[in-house]
Amino acid sequence: MYHYRRLNSDISFFQKIKNLDYILIICILTLSTLSFFIMYSTDGGELLYHSKSHLTKLVVFFILMIVISFFNIKFWHYCSYFLYGVIILLLVWVSVYGLKASGSQRWIDLYFLVLQPSELMKIGIILCLAKYYHRVSIDKVNSFLSISIALSIILIPAIFVISQPDLGTSILIVTSGLIILWLGGVKIKYFFISFITFLISLPFIITSLEPYQKLRILTFLNPDRDPLGAGYQIIQSKIAIGSGGFSGKGFLQGTQSYLDFLPEKHTDFIFTLFSEEFGFVGSVGLLLLYTIIILRIIQIGSISRSSFARLFCFGFAFAIFIYITVNLSMVLGLLPIVGSPLPIMSYGGSSMLATMIGFGIVMSAKVHNQQTIA
Amino acid sequence: MITRNFTIRKSDIINRRMFIIGAAKLIIFGGLIARLFSLQINDNKKYLTLSDKNRIREWKLPPTRGNITDYFGNIIAGNLKVYQLHIIPEQVENFNYLLSRLKAILNLSIKRIEKIKKERRQLKPWESLVVSENLSWDQFLKINNYLYELAGVKPVMTISRNYPFSDIYTHVIGYVSQPSEDDILANEVIKEKFVPGIKVGKLGLEKTLENDLIGVNDIQRYEVNAYGKRINQLEYQKGKQGTKIRITLDTEVQKLSAELLEGKAGSISVMDIYTGEVIAMYSSPSYNPNSFLFGISTDEWQLIRNNPLKPLINKTLSGLYSPGSTIKPIVALSALENGIIDTKFKVQCKGKIELYEQTFHCWKEKGHGYVSLNNAMKQSCDTYFYEVARKLGVDKLKITAEKFGLGKKVLGEYFENEKAGQFPDTKWKINNLGKGWVLGETLITGIGQGYTLTTPIQLCLMTAQIANGGYKIQPKILTDDNQLTSEQVKKAMEDSKSNDFYEPLYDDQKNIRIIQEAMFSSTNEIMGTSYKSRIDDPKYQFAGKTGTAQVKRISKRERELDLKTFQIPYEERDHALYVAYGPYTNPRYALSIIVEHGGSGSTAAAPMATKLFKLIVDRHEYRKQLPEYKDFSI
Repeated sequence: MYHYRRLNSDISFFQKIKNLDYILIICILTLSTLSFFIMYSTDGGELLYHSKSHLTKLVVFFILMIVISFFNIKFWHYCSYFLYGVIILLLVWVSVYGLKASGSQRWIDLYFLVLQPSELMKIGIILCLAKYYHRVSIDKVNSFLSISIALSIILIPAIFVISQPDLGTSILIVTSGLIILWLGGVKIKYFFISFITFLISLPFIITSLEPYQKLRILTFLNPDRDPLGAGYQIIQSKIAIGSGGFSGKGFLQGTQSYLDFLPEKHTDFIFTLFSEEFGFVGSVGLLLLYTIIILRIIQIGSISRSSFARLFCFGFAFAIFIYITVNLSMVLGLLPIVGSPLPIMSYGGSSMLATMIGFGIVMSAKVHNQQTIA
Repeated sequence: MITRNFTIRKSDIINRRMFIIGAAKLIIFGGLIARLFSLQINDNKKYLTLSDKNRIREWKLPPTRGNITDYFGNIIAGNLKVYQLHIIPEQVENFNYLLSRLKAILNLSIKRIEKIKKERRQLKPWESLVVSENLSWDQFLKINNYLYELAGVKPVMTISRNYPFSDIYTHVIGYVSQPSEDDILANEVIKEKFVPGIKVGKLGLEKTLENDLIGVNDIQRYEVNAYGKRINQLEYQKGKQGTKIRITLDTEVQKLSAELLEGKAGSISVMDIYTGEVIAMYSSPSYNPNSFLFGISTDEWQLIRNNPLKPLINKTLSGLYSPGSTIKPIVALSALENGIIDTKFKVQCKGKIELYEQTFHCWKEKGHGYVSLNNAMKQSCDTYFYEVARKLGVDKLKITAEKFGLGKKVLGEYFENEKAGQFPDTKWKINNLGKGWVLGETLITGIGQGYTLTTPIQLCLMTAQIANGGYKIQPKILTDDNQLTSEQVKKAMEDSKSNDFYEPLYDDQKNIRIIQEAMFSSTNEIMGTSYKSRIDDPKYQFAGKTGTAQVKRISKRERELDLKTFQIPYEERDHALYVAYGPYTNPRYALSIIVEHGGSGSTAAAPMATKLFKLIVDRHEYRKQLPEYKDFSI
């Protein structure tokens, strides 16, 4: 009984609607609209499978986001560990019964959606660590035990994901987790030391990579090494973006994607298509939109009274930033190709689901920003 | 209170640290924008080009070859619309069913069907598969009737080489066919213009004039997708037909030559004695060049290859024959020029002479008695020429023979297969056979046997240069817009004392006249070897010299038997030769005729000259009018 009351907020339904963050909603809607049109373009200017499915997901997950935002941020704090646990279980399930495609085992078929738990873990890790650092007192943050627990929270899912194998997602999970550690107050010197250790052990890590992952790194270092093989994606992507020019080739006019030169144009290379059709202006505009979203989330974080909400918002903002940076660096030929989607824009239910849940929790933090969590 | 402080401290840490990453974010986003700027603004041109290179692909189409016409503008190598049948595999529902339908409609062989199936496996599904390169009109109509039920079948109209006169020009213009790897490697132009389906010259003028005839490809520019499939056509760039070539030959004379030599192995060449234009050049037997256009069938090829009359050899240019008695005008001329003999010089012919322990026979066993030059030429007395040759010596003879074109290529640059022949002298024998010259060899060289080898076109040139009064001419097979007419050249030669443009081949032109008269006697006076073939009408009257070239040494026994030609096995029969020029009063044309294993020149070769001169002289009326309408359309 007590618990029930605690989890309920004091504010009325209308108050909640009023409290919703409309700037964020407008930005998300704009982004969704853009993503629908660009998906329409990947379908060759017809309303085919990808665009229809993308639209459906946008609508359903947007509603889900609003629903999530009506739950008190306290509720999300309460079930953070639980959700993390559930996602870990899903990862275990996937490693045994998951669907296989192109050499990796990442998916669960839910009939209405092919779920990729590793995508959900991107949010799960932030939730879990936000709660953890919310609860750890400031003088114990740098204790061995505390850091060990935090690192285990990060490494357990990361190991599952990397064994799928899915290097890209696991890097994103680890990075998102580490950023909460950073925000939580872990000493800078630890980060510094582990970074040096990482650099030293890099050659050993590389030797233990899967052959296709090594190939991607080599290809990244020199895409012309094998222009029709491994370097093909990155070369075609650069050609598409470069040929877009200042104002782009125009909507539905992207020859690189229209004529199938672009691989994975629905998913990881969606930005390439966008950039080819809308040029430098469009690309900078899109980055600006993402920047507004990120800044808004940070702002919401900074007006939240609870450390949990704050940590989650900052962590999620940073995570989105990392997704965008990794994806764009990849398609612009600045990083090796490590399958990572562009939030909202890329086709793919799990990624969108995770992002929308994230937005929902942020929105909940906004709606209940006066909420303190003991 | 402590907890509260901690909370505030915590918030401070979180905020401070957020600020640090916030700054890092800005820098990174700035970096991404810089990268976008460098790709999209700085290197835009480079990537636009790369993108166009990706999506635009050119398809070259076979160029249309230039026409070849005869002197009168009749097309002898042209282009014909042909109907082809293509299949586009991706549009076919059931490939095997379609093939069985086509097999029934077009009567395709099982072998062909197998080949089509094999080809299909090597093609992308949207690339067209050629089922038939050359449909007959009937087949084309039939296919069009059934088209509604043959999905994926596409009747196509295209251009193909065509030789309307079939085999009469084969040895002159050659033929075209699919280029071999060697053809492509040997010729840069072919390499550049190569497309599947192109045909290139394999022989004759089609080959030597390839670079003029080939033309410029049509080019289609298509937008293609990543798999190479054509999406839409962006541009169609019309090519250019190859240069038209007009040759000097006259189809009518060429036709008659083919008719005269039908069923025989041999050659007829006719030449304008002033301009050097070749009027006819026919090597018999010939073969149909159209057979090679779409690949010749094995059976037909075997038939041509194994024909004992050797159709593949261009006898006019690469057939090497002993000139026999047709050399005698040169021997006599050489002796006159060198002052060895004069017209009064006489030799007694007893049918044979014994010299150096050898017997040299005259063709007439009983002998000719005392003969002078004119008589000796007329009756082709061998004994006379043995004696003249002996006195003259082979080295001097060779100088005269070479002046008149023996031992050198006549049309060399246009025909790869032309042979130079040989005219021996003492030095030649030492160098080539390593043995000293024997005097007896001079004697047989004097009657055109022995080491001397000539091509029919050389004999024709030799005769032409005697006929025009002893001036050097340059034989040609292609017309030249700046060419002087026969009449103009004749005038130029007549007052050429101050003109060094036409090089005289004589020391004293009187000697040429003597030879001309002797050749006249040989044809037009009783007892002349070709008297039976004479034409009395001065309009057509010609002068000539017969020749009978032995292909093997005649044994004593055979000489005693004195067999008729038909009694001797084919390969052992003599070659029959005839050289002539006419009309005698105002010479225009020279010709050479050779009939392999035809027997004697007077019976097998000379009668052909009669028919030829009648036509040639008549045709001259048309021919001389032509340069006035030089720009007639072809």
